[in-house]
Amino acid sequence: MSDERRAEHRGYVVAIDQGTTSTRCILFDHAGRLVAVAQREHRQHYPRPGWVEHDAAEIWRNVARLVPQAMAQVEATPADVVAVGIANQRETVVAWDRRTGDPVSPAVVWQDTRTADLVTELAGAAGPDRFADVCGLPLTTYFAGPRMTWLLRRDPGLRRRAEAGDVLFGTIDSWLVWNLTGGPDGGHHVTDVTNASRTMLMDLRTLDWSAQLLAAFEVPRAALPRIVASSEVYGTARSVVPGARIAAALGDQQAALFGQTCFSPGEAKCTYGTGSFLLMNTGTEITRSSHGLLTTVAHRIGDEPPSYALEGSIAVTGALVQWLRDNLGLISTAPEVETLARTVEDNGGCYFVPAFSGLFAPHWRAEARGLIIGLTSFVTKGHIARAALESTAWQTREVVEAMDADSNLRLASLRVDGGMTSNNLLMQTLADVLDAPVVRPMVSETVSLGAAYAAGLAVGFWPDTEALRRRWHRAGQWEPTMDPAERERGWEDWQQAVQRTFGWIRTPTTDPTTR
Amino acid sequence: MPGPIQSIERAAAVLRLLSGAGQGLGVVDVGNALGLAKTTAHGILRTLVDVGFVEQDEAGDYRASPGLADLGRPRIDANDLRAHAVNWTDSLASRTGESVKLATLVDGRALVVHHVFRPDDSAQELLTGTSLPAHACALGKVLLASAPVRPRGRLSALTARTTVDAAALRRTLAAVREQGWALDVEELAEGAAGIAAPVRDRGGLVVGAVGIDGDADRLVDTRGRPRAGLVPAVCQAARSISRGLGSRAD
Repeated sequence: MSDERRAEHRGYVVAIDQGTTSTRCILFDHAGRLVAVAQREHRQHYPRPGWVEHDAAEIWRNVARLVPQAMAQVEATPADVVAVGIANQRETVVAWDRRTGDPVSPAVVWQDTRTADLVTELAGAAGPDRFADVCGLPLTTYFAGPRMTWLLRRDPGLRRRAEAGDVLFGTIDSWLVWNLTGGPDGGHHVTDVTNASRTMLMDLRTLDWSAQLLAAFEVPRAALPRIVASSEVYGTARSVVPGARIAAALGDQQAALFGQTCFSPGEAKCTYGTGSFLLMNTGTEITRSSHGLLTTVAHRIGDEPPSYALEGSIAVTGALVQWLRDNLGLISTAPEVETLARTVEDNGGCYFVPAFSGLFAPHWRAEARGLIIGLTSFVTKGHIARAALESTAWQTREVVEAMDADSNLRLASLRVDGGMTSNNLLMQTLADVLDAPVVRPMVSETVSLGAAYAAGLAVGFWPDTEALRRRWHRAGQWEPTMDPAERERGWEDWQQAVQRTFGWIRTPTTDPTTR
Repeated sequence: MPGPIQSIERAAAVLRLLSGAGQGLGVVDVGNALGLAKTTAHGILRTLVDVGFVEQDEAGDYRASPGLADLGRPRIDANDLRAHAVNWTDSLASRTGESVKLATLVDGRALVVHHVFRPDDSAQELLTGTSLPAHACALGKVLLASAPVRPRGRLSALTARTTVDAAALRRTLAAVREQGWALDVEELAEGAAGIAAPVRDRGGLVVGAVGIDGDADRLVDTRGRPRAGLVPAVCQAARSISRGLGSRAD
């Protein structure tokens, strides 16, 4: 403990994790230990089926409130803050007035499917992979660019103001950095390269906006932020923590990859939050998937070459537990799902495919919708809770198999993090269905930790990635215990259930989203 | 003996009124029925909502909470407790270099509801879901110290140093209540020691215990006293978890 008293090791890195359902502010010390945390949920708006919106002003207010709250827990002053790092929900689009700082529309969230018709139109005869060569992503409702197109097409006035640079567009990282660095009074309009890689507007090779894609998506360059590295000093905070250096921003999943210190090719992690995201570092080369995975930027540290990643994105995992809580009222808190699931021995033959916004990786079926199947008079709410947890495990197996196929390797063990890792039954089920050990690191808030690490690196609080890697420790491990025959039977049942979700939305007129 | 406390009497009257009403009541209804000023009635109702004895329906009316009938049940779901604790148990393991456990009292034993490995990346087995004899470990002593039932009779010996005499254990538990943490040195297993502190909910009730355990050589000095820094680290983790549960007893 003696080295922590050395002067250069004093102080904290502030991490802001702006997530889909809540915002967290966490302080880390030089040893990488979490010393304070403040959290607040924000409202989810569902104005129509398939639409999901946030109020960006509410999100900014929460950030402005939470950071001082967390600092107060350890009596930190702005002078004690060596750097601020941001991790954010990805692909959510904010548009705001440069002069007033007010959002000009609700933030359109990554789960929102309003662009379904638009992406079909943009795909045209070429199909969903029309732009994959440039941006690494298929045309689906998931990504940010089509949301900008949707907003701009709906309102010609907005387009004029965007072209004039009076209305600014960005993902949540841009919104927060702009506000922290002064807002209308000289705020920096930037986005980090990992967030930019989720727009469909960035060329993966040049790491700059692609003229071809901007034209195709009808997005004016004047409204877009400047693309910067994930770890570099963007500017100094003018409010909330005045004088502190804003030194990192990453999409939350890339932040978790960073926090798990997956800096070398082949290293992978899966984060369990609202959705779940398996990312594997593929090094400085761009790797293309032939099994439904995305190509994305993992991080870029200062002027170093970027690292890329393959990603298996699962839209609904933790969100399903929240759905059991909020829409069905089966439980009163999310962790109670484990208590309910443990009231039964197994799933009782029941499977739950939560294709609430279609299915993401590896299927990419926008027209799929959720189902619960295998129902008999025997099935209780306990079985449904268990089926809901198992759906997270089976969906993970789907993306792990895709990752194995793309990399020609078999994942020896899975590094996990995120809120759902406190669900012991889920972690055991995961080890069982993957037939591989599941490993939780000492800090399960790896999203925040990654943002803190990237910010601390940029200001020299930590010397290099090797020093960060030495801080990774195993906090828990689950070993597979399931009978192989049972595993295979479950896997076949799951795949059958998934097949039955396909094709539910038959034509645009049967889609309540677009009616 | 101090006299009756007026606010508690009033709160009890509000609860009786709401329980018997058969429908939701507004602040004015409650004030009128009990002869209380509207602000007083409102303050009592808000406090009862905060402690979970009263609920407010969509129309804004107040009703007695169904949870009132469950006063004897566990105050917090064990899985919920783990979710609240996980950040702080990780920090405690990282700070002390020892393995961390979170436990609740179930059938007189300390049930491990969360386990964090000792952060040295050695092979370790996850012990979540197992239970320990409460009288022989620090976690259990913390839990017994606040339990309504007093240990009686002769207790099982796990080592030569396990406290087997109930009267002796009761004296130890009184000391645990006094100092706010518990210690075991080779009482559960030869060569092992543990230090634990209570986790409290918003009302101050002990809902769990959090602690470290490991080689006695690392945890205590040659005279069996905890090494410097360990007790404050355990107590700080316990306070942080408690704060997350709404406890104001800082």
